[in-house]
Amino acid sequence: MSNISAGKRALQWFDYRLPIFTFIHHSTVGYPTPKNLNYWWNFGSLAGIILVVQIVTGIVLAMHYTPHVDHAFDSVEAIMRDVNYGWLLRYIHANGASAFFAVVFIHIFRGLYFGSYKSPREVLWWLGLIILLIMMATAFMGYVLPWGQMSFWGATVITNLFSAIPLVGESITTWLWGGFAVGNATLNRFFSLHFLLPFVLVGVVFLHLWSLHKFGSNNPTGIDTRGPKDTVPFHPYYTIKDLFGVGVFLIIFSVFIFYAPNYLGHPDNYIKANPLVTPAHIVPEWYFLPFYAILRAVPDILFVDAKLAGVIAMFASILLLFALPWLDSSPVRSARFRPWYKQFFWLLVLDVVVLGVAGAKPPEGLWLVLGRLATAYYFIHFLILLPLLGRIEPTKPLPRSIGDPVLNSSPPRESETGS
Amino acid sequence: MAKSPKPHDTAGQAEGGNRRDFLYVATGTLGAVGVAAASWPFIHQMNPSAAVLALASTEVDLSAIEQGQAITVIWRGKPVFIRHRTAKEISQAQDTSLEALPDPQADSERVQKAEWLILVGVCTHLGCVPLSHTGEYEGWFCPCHGSHYDTSGRIRKGPAPANLAVPEYVFIDDLKVRIG
Ligand code: HEM
Ligand code: FES
Repeated sequence: MSNISAGKRALQWFDYRLPIFTFIHHSTVGYPTPKNLNYWWNFGSLAGIILVVQIVTGIVLAMHYTPHVDHAFDSVEAIMRDVNYGWLLRYIHANGASAFFAVVFIHIFRGLYFGSYKSPREVLWWLGLIILLIMMATAFMGYVLPWGQMSFWGATVITNLFSAIPLVGESITTWLWGGFAVGNATLNRFFSLHFLLPFVLVGVVFLHLWSLHKFGSNNPTGIDTRGPKDTVPFHPYYTIKDLFGVGVFLIIFSVFIFYAPNYLGHPDNYIKANPLVTPAHIVPEWYFLPFYAILRAVPDILFVDAKLAGVIAMFASILLLFALPWLDSSPVRSARFRPWYKQFFWLLVLDVVVLGVAGAKPPEGLWLVLGRLATAYYFIHFLILLPLLGRIEPTKPLPRSIGDPVLNSSPPRESETGS
Repeated sequence: MAKSPKPHDTAGQAEGGNRRDFLYVATGTLGAVGVAAASWPFIHQMNPSAAVLALASTEVDLSAIEQGQAITVIWRGKPVFIRHRTAKEISQAQDTSLEALPDPQADSERVQKAEWLILVGVCTHLGCVPLSHTGEYEGWFCPCHGSHYDTSGRIRKGPAPANLAVPEYVFIDDLKVRIG
């Protein structure tokens, strides 16, 4: 008997007792995937790869990092100057956080355009939003670790958001800080949680994929796959396509790491934290800017002061997305067959970009006004336009199947979803 | 509550439930209370410890602060402003009518001695440290989101909802103060 078949028999013996190889085969190699996926479908696997990169670089950074207010800044400088390849590891990790958000934002807008949040993928969508929230918490706490001026004042401003909560706000901030201001206790717990949360993310990503594989991927037409003629096996078709995307990503990522490693950072964070002096202009990392703009945009509303109203609006801007599958009442998934929604989708993209720019500017003059308008429009899009469009929009006829072009003379079918 | 099939135990059946239902609810309730109690140490460990609370006072010598000058000291890890006010600043603060204030409070309620203004140097908006002797009311200006405070540390304009807080303090003698 040859070695190969002996190996195979050993695998079979094992798989019979713990069917992990069968599981991996089903969820990657054999997974039937719509044959018409375009490049917007690359960003999910890309996000997964970046998560692994963050965990690997994070674990080695943690071998050299000291979570103490007196040593944190110096230990990060030592990583940059003394640790072998420390500069590379840190630049990968810092820019990896930006790449993670860029990829996930594209992934989310892909979902918005092609209606991937609609039945039966609502839970899949929720799990994605939970991933986004955990990522935000992780990145926020990671940014505090180098203990520069932006770290300290970013942490101060964001934890103070909770003081807006009536009655218990002050106790909550004291509890978060473990003192009366951001200090050593805060840094220590942020390090502990920053280490933990990415592994929680791995768990949620697993659930996200589980729920994806229940009904399979959506696709650019938004209609359901009907049997084997609409699908191809994930391997080799999409493993190759994803790998090509990874190559392109790595080129762009390397440009940042090797040629502009601090382009997305703030020079103030290379000044050690000073609790007595606030930098003249504090702004969060770019991926938080749209939310920061919403926070600052809201004025006093009736008896709710601007501080609390801003905090509510900022959290609402994300929480509202949990209700999206019901706010968007149109039975048609893909914007390809929704001529009006398509226009509003691009307006929303523009709106979020305007919010991002407004978040980076001091809140005065024209940018304050634009920030307010863009905030209002963001909520109008989800709360008014989407429910309305579902009712009045004339949608285009859907193709019979992924394989059939729309222009086939066959009579248009009723929409696919809503069952 | 749904009745579970219990071929051997019919004696426990009573109207509207049976002994087993009662046991389920009682056990579940006790379990929930137990879990809540056991989680308290895990929550409370994040609050400031007694050691942190014990460090809660700071003594400051005021003799070196000229009139018109302000210094910043640290108390409980936060900045505290001590400002030696000029006669003009004092009268500005005292002459402001309470109607002009978003968070109305008379200057006399905010100081023990009119020339010494002592405040927690934390913007009541989101916690930045305001800059002294700037802003439209010549008190403080917070660069983070543009809050203006007057020469009594009261909010006058901008997103901050409240006046700069006055910490507890006592004058030990004329030129020495203990904060906290
Ligand atoms: C979801 C994945 C993660 C994200 C988005 C993330 C994000 C960040 C960010 C934004 C920083 C600040 C970078 C800087 O400006 O210096 C940071 C620092 C750090 N992270 Fe992470 N991180 C992730 C995973 C991890 C993991 C799994 C670990 C450890 C096991 C880790 C350990 C560290 C350490 C030690 C630092 C401080 C060193 C430094 O500032 O470069 N990270 N992280
Ligand atoms: S923190 Fe001072 S204005 Fe926002």
